[in-house]
This record gives sequence, structure tokens and C-alpha cells, in this order.
Amino acid sequence: MLSGATIEVLNLTKRYGNVEALRGVSFAVNEGEVFGLLGPNGAGKTSTVEILEGLRTPDSGSVSVCGLDPQTSGAEYKYVMGAALQATALPDKMRVHEALDLFGSFYPRRRGTKELLGRFGLEEKRNAFYSQLSGGQKQRLALALALVNDPQVVFLDEPTAGLDPQVRREIYDIIEELKKEKKTILLTTHYIEEAEKLCDRVAIVDQGKVIALGTPRELKQRSAAVTRITVRMAKPETNGALGNLEGVTECRAEAEDYLLYSTRVPRTIVALVKHLEEQNNELVSLEISAPSLEDIFLELTGRRLRD
Amino acid sequence: MSHVLGNTWALTVSRMRLAMRNRAFLFFSLIMPLTFLFIYAGIFGRGRSEAVPYLLGEVLALTVMGSFWGLSVQLVTFREQGILRRFRVTPVGASAMLASSLVSNYFLTLPTIAIEFYLSRAVFHMAGLGNVLSIFVLVTIGTVTFASLGLIVASVTNTMQETQIINQIIWFVFLFISGATIPFPMLPRSVQSFALFLPATYLVSGLQRAMSERTPLVDLGMYLASLVGCALIAFIVSAQLFRWEPESKAPRQAKLWVAAAIVPFLLLGVWENLNGDLRSHAMKDLQSIREPYSIEH
Repeated sequence: MLSGATIEVLNLTKRYGNVEALRGVSFAVNEGEVFGLLGPNGAGKTSTVEILEGLRTPDSGSVSVCGLDPQTSGAEYKYVMGAALQATALPDKMRVHEALDLFGSFYPRRRGTKELLGRFGLEEKRNAFYSQLSGGQKQRLALALALVNDPQVVFLDEPTAGLDPQVRREIYDIIEELKKEKKTILLTTHYIEEAEKLCDRVAIVDQGKVIALGTPRELKQRSAAVTRITVRMAKPETNGALGNLEGVTECRAEAEDYLLYSTRVPRTIVALVKHLEEQNNELVSLEISAPSLEDIFLELTGRRLRD
Repeated sequence: MSHVLGNTWALTVSRMRLAMRNRAFLFFSLIMPLTFLFIYAGIFGRGRSEAVPYLLGEVLALTVMGSFWGLSVQLVTFREQGILRRFRVTPVGASAMLASSLVSNYFLTLPTIAIEFYLSRAVFHMAGLGNVLSIFVLVTIGTVTFASLGLIVASVTNTMQETQIINQIIWFVFLFISGATIPFPMLPRSVQSFALFLPATYLVSGLQRAMSERTPLVDLGMYLASLVGCALIAFIVSAQLFRWEPESKAPRQAKLWVAAAIVPFLLLGVWENLNGDLRSHAMKDLQSIREPYSIEH
């Protein structure tokens, strides 16, 4: 086991019949860190998080959260963790405030229902039945329930899956707030932007294995993926000189734009400006696109995340 | 221990609230038993007040036996819909979840029982109240027993459809050969012998005796002990077989565990068939109303 981490996962394996869902997953999450498990559907993210939540038993390997074993620590463990499951379901005829009151009553330490309703924008829906809530409201209630005991560690399994972009942004804001409160958060996602925006560190998971782990910046730096510079000029280039600029590994013309793939972006831009001056040409627009985690996933697996 | 009791109580209150919002539950736990009361006392008893205690005994038994369907079945729906999973990541344990089914069933049954007594007195002019202590204890233990039997069926079935089919079969057996609809003495002798192995028969007989003969609690000891034994075994077995996950299936041999819950009634059934006095009491109680049934002996 690694030491000092709030969440420790070591050599986790899990098999469902003939399917090997986890094949030796290991990682550690530090206190106050937002850690993302990024991967396509079926990669093993939910199996991992459900083992951490105590919902599933691993075939081998070990997990520890706040020094407790989710399988054997019983109520003591439930007091320190909160969970928003991939699909939270409540009885249709349960009112929003009743759900918060009920779940809060299970814990010796709890947040007030009024506070949670306010924080998650559910005051107007406090008396609504669960069946009357929209998808976004249900998800906000699921997050409120995950925090009802003011947990040290929060597990969020695909917290924005299936939600429209506006609701997704609302959920991001909530997670950002939790981050400021120094909660240790483990979230699973298959949305690149979610992992890049919210996570301090990311483990890219594929076919039951962690294939890369680090901060989003580290992963991008470590990657051989190149930065794309999209350039539009007043006069078209004809002599192919752009491909010879410093740092450029590939140059392609696309409509009125030139796409320069560079491994040394600052030097390429300096060389580009110099080249334009020499050619008596003018720059109309320039756009720099850094490699995304999607590019890195593609580079590592040969597949896109949503394939 | 205190947190288990606290969680059980919180779940009980919540589940009672949900049940009160469920029209089907209200129909089966309130409207239907009261309809039985009016049919029994008004049509079978022809409105004669002296027939009401005996017939009310049957109606009380039907009401208590309704716990078999009640909130135990709701657990299967909760499991199928993934609601139980959400509770699983809280400190709520299986025993609190199961116990809340029993307690909420009990508290939801009591008002119906009270209304049945009130209507028997107010509408059908029933003279006495029977042996109130015996009735109270039989209703309490009976509700817990039948709700526990519901729990054990919920524990060994995998889908709501399967639960409904098994419950229907058991329910019809309880309904028609326990004396709750057709008076026990009117059943063929062989059917009576089989019925003496059913918990429902002892509940019906016990309640009829407490109503018609004002039988004290001490004379119903054997019935009560068997009902308590059955409830305990059913609760323990259902706690062992409890499943939170919709995809987890009950092992096939687990279905045989249901049989364990009826062991006390197998023993009581053998004893009753050889030495018991349930038949004679049932005849005596039926004689007390004479009409609408005419029994020759």
C-alpha cells in the first residue's frame, strides 16, 4: 500500500463471468484532490468506484479509504464517504426535502436540509415528488444526498452523463465548490472537458487497466501529440515553405487555412512571423490548439474515447 | 444498536408516508377489508348483531393476513428500480430495512382494525369487544408473522412478476382453506387436516375464539408461540437472503429456505391433527351464530 493517501487502490481485479472488468488497477488519491477516472464505457471505471463504495467485492487486490476497508468497516466507513451513483433512484412519491431529511437522519453528523436545498438550487422543488423532477434536478438531488453527511471523501460516478450542457456546467460549478472545500473527490467520466476542467489528476482507464496517470498538463507534455497551429494569411503560400519552419512536423492546407503541426510552438510562431515579413504577407488569423486528453487516449489506444 | 433502531424508525416513518400516497396500497389495506366487513356482516350475517363477533374475527384475520402483501413486496420494487442500492451506500443495514417493513405494516394495519371495530359497533350494533388483550396480541403478532412471510417470499424471488405469482398462490390457500372465507367446519375433513398446517388457520381460529368465546391469552399460547416462531425464522432467513442489487439473483436452493419458516406450523399441525381442539372450537364458534350457515351434526 502507498502511504499517506486518502484513497489507495492496489492491483484490483474483478471478473464478471468471462469478462475481465479490472486487470490490476492501482492508483492513490491525496487528501483534497479531485481525481478523475477517464475512459470509454466498459473500461472498468464504475467497477472500480463501486468497489470503493463497498457495493462490489474485488476478486483480488486491496482498497483503503481514509484508512478503512470499504468491505469490512460497516457504518464507520459510511460516515466518512458520500456517493452519487451512476444512476440514483428514489421512490417516485418521495418529496425532495423528505429524501434529504431521511438520508440525513442516518448520520450522526449531517448538513441541514435547508442548506442543501439552497446550495443545490432545489428550494423551489422542496415539496416536489422525485418523479416530478427533471434529469438535472434529479442529479442535483443525487449530489446533495452524497453530501448530506458532510463526507471527507466523495465518489461521483459519471455525474453529468446524459445531461444537457447548461446543467452540466451547473454540476461543474458545484464540484468546483467542493474542490474549494478541500473534499477528496473521485469522479468517473468519459467527457474529456470534464476531466480537464475539474481534475487535479487523471487516470486514463481502458480495458480494465490504468494506461496513463498524471495531471492533465503532465499527460499532455508526456505525450508525443503535437500542437496544431491554424494559420490564415492574406496571400496564399505556394512554395511549401511553411512545412520547413522550425518545429513543424507536418503542414497541410485546408480551405483557406494552413494547419501546422508543431512540437515547439513558440519557435514555430517566431519563425512564422519572420517568414511572413520576408514574404511581404500578412497574418489574418492564428489559432493554437494544444493536444487534448482525447488525442492522448487516441495515441495510447488507437481508438477514440466514444468509439 | 441505537443507530440501528434510529435508522429503522426513520425508514418506518418514510415508508408509511410513501404507502399512504399509494392508492393501490390504500385500497388493499383499507377499502378491501372494510368491504369484506360489510359483505360478511351485512350479507352473510344478515345484519344480525349476534353474528358480528364471529364474522369480525374472520375480517380481522383477513386484514392481518393482508400484511403478507404489504410493504414486504415493496422491497422487491425497490430492488428492481435500484432504490435499495442508494440505501446500501448509507449506514442502513439489511435488518433495519427489513424491520421497517414489519413496523410500518403494523402501524398501517392498526387504524383499519380500529375502524372495523368502530363500524361493527356503530353500524352492526355488535355488543361486546371480545377479549381485547387477546385480540391486540394476536393482531400484533399476526401482522409481524404475515409481513415476515412476505419478506421471505420477497427475498427468494428475483422479479416483481415472480413475487406476485408466488404470493397469489399462497394468498389463495390462506384465504380459502384457513376458515377466513369458508368456515372451517364446512371444509372437507381432508382439507381441514391440511389447513391445520397453515399459520392462517391459527390466526383465524385464534381471532374467532377471542371474539366469540372471549378466550384469554393464556389459552391461545400454542397458537401465539407458533406465530412468533414462524415470524422469527422468516425474519432471520430473509435477513440472510437479503439482496440489495437488482442483478443479484437468489440461489435456487434458497427457495427451499422458505420451508424453514413453516417448521413451527408443521409441528403444530401434527399435534393439532392428533390431539388438538381447533376443530371443536371452530364448530362451537360457528354454532354461536347459527345463521346464515346451518350445520348439521
